[in-house]
Amino acid sequence: MIAVGSPAPDFTLRDQDGEEVSLAGYKGSRVLLVFYPMDFSPVCSDQLSIYQEVKPQLTEKGVELVGISVDHSYAHKAFQEKLGIDTTLLADFEPKGEVSKAYGSYLDLGFSNRTLVLVDEEGKVAWTYESPNPGEFPGANVIFDALAEVPA
Amino acid sequence: MHTRPMGDLTSAPIPPLAEDDHVRGEGEGLIVYADLGCPHCAADWAEFRARPGRLAFRHFPLASKHPRAPILHAAAEAAGRQGAFFEMVDSLYAERGRVDDPHLWERVERLGLDLERFERDRRAEDVAARVRRDLESGLRGGVTGTPAVFDACTLLAVREREF
Repeated sequence: MIAVGSPAPDFTLRDQDGEEVSLAGYKGSRVLLVFYPMDFSPVCSDQLSIYQEVKPQLTEKGVELVGISVDHSYAHKAFQEKLGIDTTLLADFEPKGEVSKAYGSYLDLGFSNRTLVLVDEEGKVAWTYESPNPGEFPGANVIFDALAEVPA
Repeated sequence: MHTRPMGDLTSAPIPPLAEDDHVRGEGEGLIVYADLGCPHCAADWAEFRARPGRLAFRHFPLASKHPRAPILHAAAEAAGRQGAFFEMVDSLYAERGRVDDPHLWERVERLGLDLERFERDRRAEDVAARVRRDLESGLRGGVTGTPAVFDACTLLAVREREF
């Protein structure tokens, strides 16, 4: 995983609507990057559904939630609609997993591990979490514990 | 459904049973965080109900995944105000295809409940707050899927998944 305190590698990826989104565009607010294996898998579905429940509270704390996987924008759009979520989902599609690799989150299995990276207002890595395996995901409590430890 | 203000969501053990928890049976038992829109919960519900001992139900509706869930949890809570919480839960899990409003009214009639009161209660702010209280306590306790089964306050099992 990328080291806490290091600059978060900038990237530009397409979101679920095909629009380009850059990390630099979030400068001035905190961003929680949620790297996850793949759209539509059961655990990813549960993870993003749970995070959707607490999204208003993340917004209150000035944290933007952004999901990233190797899926294409079209898959992201369908996944978003199926789950009924409005979290931005970015396509780390081509070159496959490039951003995930830059953050040390990519697995040789061909997809990203389940990791969280909190990027602060200055664009530095403030906190990270790596799941012991892709079948487990950190509950919402883990995010709020981190935000309590790493105040804005 | 994010109409309720939420509290602290940092980690905390799930709270011990309170007077207004939904509990069936006596003695040692389980606390289950369940989603009334969740097919896995429905499949496991009969097994939970058949176990000897105490069974406590806590609300864990995931609105994005199961859009009707918040409505069903509010309906169960409203039925609970007329003493029929578990009867409503049993029925919702037994007939998952019948969860629209007219089906809820049929259940209310079948259970001999006051429909006007049910309609008022299921839309009440304090009912939504009661449901949200359970959801939040589950989130703080690290619940990441349903059903999540606790023995006293220790997580025993959550549904296994590969990815």
